[in-house]
Amino acid sequence: MDKQLQQIRKDFPILNQKVNDEPLVYLDNAATSQKPNQVIDEVVRYYKNDNANTRRGVHTLGERATEEFETARQKVQQFINAKESREIIFTKGATDSLNLVASTYGEDNIAAGDEIVISIMEHHSNLIPWQQLANRKKAILKYIGLTADGQLDMEDAKKKITDKTKIVSITHASNVLGVTNDIKQLAQIAHAHKAIMVADGAQAVPHMPVDVQDLNVDFYAFSGHKMLAPMGIGVLYGKADLLKVMSPYQYGGEMIDFVEKYQSTWTDIPWKFEAGTQNVSGAVGLGKAIDYLSSIGMENVENYEKDLVAYVLPKLLEIDGLTVYGPHDADHHSGVISFNLQNLHPHDVATALDMDGVAIRAGHHCAQPLMKYLNLVATARASFYIYNNKQDADELIQAICDTKEFFKV
Amino acid sequence: MSLNGLNSLYREVILDHSEHPHHKQSLSSATNKITLKNPTCGDVINLEIKLDGDKITDIGFTGEGCTISQSSASMMTDAVLNKTTAESLEMAHIFSDMVMGKEHSQADLDKLGDAAILSSIMQFPARIKCATLCWWALRKSLGDEDDD
Repeated sequence: MDKQLQQIRKDFPILNQKVNDEPLVYLDNAATSQKPNQVIDEVVRYYKNDNANTRRGVHTLGERATEEFETARQKVQQFINAKESREIIFTKGATDSLNLVASTYGEDNIAAGDEIVISIMEHHSNLIPWQQLANRKKAILKYIGLTADGQLDMEDAKKKITDKTKIVSITHASNVLGVTNDIKQLAQIAHAHKAIMVADGAQAVPHMPVDVQDLNVDFYAFSGHKMLAPMGIGVLYGKADLLKVMSPYQYGGEMIDFVEKYQSTWTDIPWKFEAGTQNVSGAVGLGKAIDYLSSIGMENVENYEKDLVAYVLPKLLEIDGLTVYGPHDADHHSGVISFNLQNLHPHDVATALDMDGVAIRAGHHCAQPLMKYLNLVATARASFYIYNNKQDADELIQAICDTKEFFKV
Repeated sequence: MSLNGLNSLYREVILDHSEHPHHKQSLSSATNKITLKNPTCGDVINLEIKLDGDKITDIGFTGEGCTISQSSASMMTDAVLNKTTAESLEMAHIFSDMVMGKEHSQADLDKLGDAAILSSIMQFPARIKCATLCWWALRKSLGDEDDD
């Protein structure tokens, strides 16, 4: 297994380059993943052989493109174990998926005085759509807080979710704290109060097995580009009975049944939510990325990353003056590791690491309320994926030590 | 592995300004105040200026940010103190041109004092905004909103 994962680096041509005269160590996977040759080639193959607009023409290429688009949908369905492929809606990404839910289900079902419950660790994409919906509807937005070690406070969740709650929307895995939330239990709590459960899976689906039926979520959003697929393709899973009665998201071609001068009717799900020409090459690429990940096995992906975290986290914690946010116990920490080095600004850290060829993120990670909650302006963040290895971890540690020496912190 | 390239960005004088920033304080009698943020990194600068006629007779800044933004603000306050608004805005334009890599004469650069050392930021495009935030604050607080 490890051997297979050791060999996959050769599938990622971008990793084989020097940055600032040093071999690239790419540790910004929580922002976006790199793409293997298999996915890149598949997108090229689609454009070279089968490109046409879907669900319109009667010609052969049109049929092929349509079939490939729908095959990708089935692959997504199987990958996250949705009951039916029509529960899979293609979007631009997780942000688009969450906006879709807020502006359709949310717009249809939220009234003044209703409660929407999110958490303080949400990415802006799972925060602002609900905040703005609450403002429009005069509804109440409530935040679940954190425990001392940065995990979601489930006791607080039980208090915040009440019979007034209509929507609970929580990230499955944090893009800052490296924690994974118990979405299944949150869904049980939400459903006990007749609220629906939405999960942001952008940082989860690429890294662990996800079964939407087992989680019993009503909606689940994720992006292709963080799981080896091209940018600009994402997924919204929604339970069919909810999707059927929801208003459309956007209006235009391919989402209609009949259009008359003053009235229109909508086609069936999922196409009701897919107005206009779709990102077919993106969906085809996502399908290939799913094939790639499935051939490794998501449990193997999860275990491989756990081993990497168990290797690198203690080494980070040993560095004098370095603070790691979120749990310090490797068993409870994903491959997303946020840290600060003394009082050195994370942008200075990221520039220094870049000079050593190590690519990390620095900033507020689109989670400003979380930063404020933690009394931070920003953090540095290293995030790992399947093509990273212990050598990358060692390079990170060395680059941090070089940085400490340079800035004398 | 080498951080040698960093020396061109983090020169001694820049690190000195960052560790011991000049004029990092709030003014009791400011005539012009502004807060600017860099939303990509969360850097914040609160710039306060005391104008006597059209002369900057006192200046201070508070807020937080990286080494580059803090030292840039410190060097800027040194550069524009006791200058007229016209002179200060000219310096802001020279600084802006300098970090964008446009041509500038040595005489122009000399007007900037220590701040001219930040011309090295050109080699680090991702960090140019860190250096220019305070100068944007100066321009906005003095009513100069031209884009360039």
